[in-house]
Amino acid sequence: MSLRAEVEVPAVLQEPTQGLALAVEGVDLRFGGIRALRGVSFSAEPGKITAVIGPNGAGKTSVFNAISGFYRPAAGRITLGGEDITSMPIHARAKRGIARTFQNIALFHGLSVLENIKLGGHHTMRAGLLSAMVYSRSTRDEEVALRAEVERKVIDFLEIDHIRHLPVGVLPYGMQKRVELARALAMQPQVLLLDEPVAGMNREETEDMARFILDVQEEWGVTVLLVEHDMGMVMDISSKVVVLNFGEVIASGTPDVVRRHPEVIRAYLGTEGADPA
Amino acid sequence: MSEFIEYSLLGILSGGVTALIALSFVLIYKGTGVVNFAVGEVMMLGAYFYYAATVMFGLPPVVALALGLIGIAVLAVAFERIVLRPLSGQPPVAVLMATIGMASIIHGGVEAVWGGDTYSPPPLLPRTPLIFNDILIPGAVLGNFAVAAVLIAGFFAFFRFTSVGIALRATASDPVTAATLGIDINSALRLTWVLSAVVGTVAGVLIASSAGLSPLLAAAAMSVFAAIILGGLDSIVGAIVASLLIGWVEALAAGYLGGKSRDIVPFVVVLVILIFRPYGIFGSRTIERL
Repeated sequence: MSLRAEVEVPAVLQEPTQGLALAVEGVDLRFGGIRALRGVSFSAEPGKITAVIGPNGAGKTSVFNAISGFYRPAAGRITLGGEDITSMPIHARAKRGIARTFQNIALFHGLSVLENIKLGGHHTMRAGLLSAMVYSRSTRDEEVALRAEVERKVIDFLEIDHIRHLPVGVLPYGMQKRVELARALAMQPQVLLLDEPVAGMNREETEDMARFILDVQEEWGVTVLLVEHDMGMVMDISSKVVVLNFGEVIASGTPDVVRRHPEVIRAYLGTEGADPA
Repeated sequence: MSEFIEYSLLGILSGGVTALIALSFVLIYKGTGVVNFAVGEVMMLGAYFYYAATVMFGLPPVVALALGLIGIAVLAVAFERIVLRPLSGQPPVAVLMATIGMASIIHGGVEAVWGGDTYSPPPLLPRTPLIFNDILIPGAVLGNFAVAAVLIAGFFAFFRFTSVGIALRATASDPVTAATLGIDINSALRLTWVLSAVVGTVAGVLIASSAGLSPLLAAAAMSVFAAIILGGLDSIVGAIVASLLIGWVEALAAGYLGGKSRDIVPFVVVLVILIFRPYGIFGSRTIERL
């Protein structure tokens, strides 16, 4: 665990980086006889927003789970900044800079907003187990420093200062989504995976979230990879769109290219000539 | 009236050690979902380590306690790595059986090495009794309670304020999400077993150094089950409150109804309370079949 962190300088103190490139190369994923992904290849450029779209069951979340490390591909590899992470344990990927949010919000309901966010910064802590157990001065100083940094950057950034001491369970849905994004950002990620960040949100909440994602990418230089159903939002904020259908990549490119791609139109609408956006 | 006060004080104070044993159970249940039937044996083994270090090797009690804790921590790490990790993903009952197996092995091992005699290890704490008016509180009872209280307060601070403690809570409630935040689940589980074993050992040494040591010490953990079930299996606060309550009821029963009744009355009380609150006083409202 992060009980003993490998990071020497807390990443939170470093200047924003350009993010790392994430590449999925020929990934096959099987569940019994079902091939959830077939030779899926695409890449997310450093510091850019890339979206993965596709109809229900196309394999979008499977791709995410393979990148996070929940599933091991039967073939192919996944690289982060050129390093092969295909068989790395989940927590080690997090330390390498992969952070994610979940389609069904995965906050810790027994904990406050701030505690949830602090957990995001957990892996940047230098304190060893023993020093943390006796709660030594260096641990305390480090926690105070981390907390101050986290507060300043993430909480202010996402405008959740007023709710930071509340238990997450009492927050409305859109706010929980925002807290989950804050926790992921507190990890100071190189790559941010967002699994349906605006699912179930109303128009106003969707616009807020889209703005936050754009700000994250612009100000923090993080590589963003998102899965989303809301086509309008995807087309507005992404610099690249990858379309999956039945576990295969059927198109990828700029939103304008993908929007007009005949395969995409067929997959979404079953007819030719309509505009899916 | 002063009789009632004396019984009550004695009971509640002796509930402190019970609370430590309950904490040892609840830490594991909350952190790993396992009902650990080896808590009593771990506690007993730790007490025998203490006995061996003090009486057989002549070490001072505090050093002996430290050695006992280290020995038990090493065993907990080994048990987690060798026995439990290969069982991860198996049904809870498989892990439960493994803890029962572990309990039998420890029990047999202790009897093989030390036999079934009762020993009196040197006291860990001073034995000056506390007397006001006509109420007398034995020093051992007071000291045991003080140690338990300090340790429990330390645990609360640890889980509330340290990042490792918060990480353990997060891992307990959702291990997969915790892993995506960079928390190594295996280390978290290992630490949970170590903490539980250490708490149990402290309880074992406190009991042994004030009431004597024999393999029967392990049975003390069984009576703690009443407290855990009453408090709610997954609530640390509940386990502590229930432990003090059970200690109080036991002392009253022993005082007014005779010594034999202290083993029965607490369970009757638990049974009655469970009729009205089947998930315990503080437990979450889910029932697990065992």
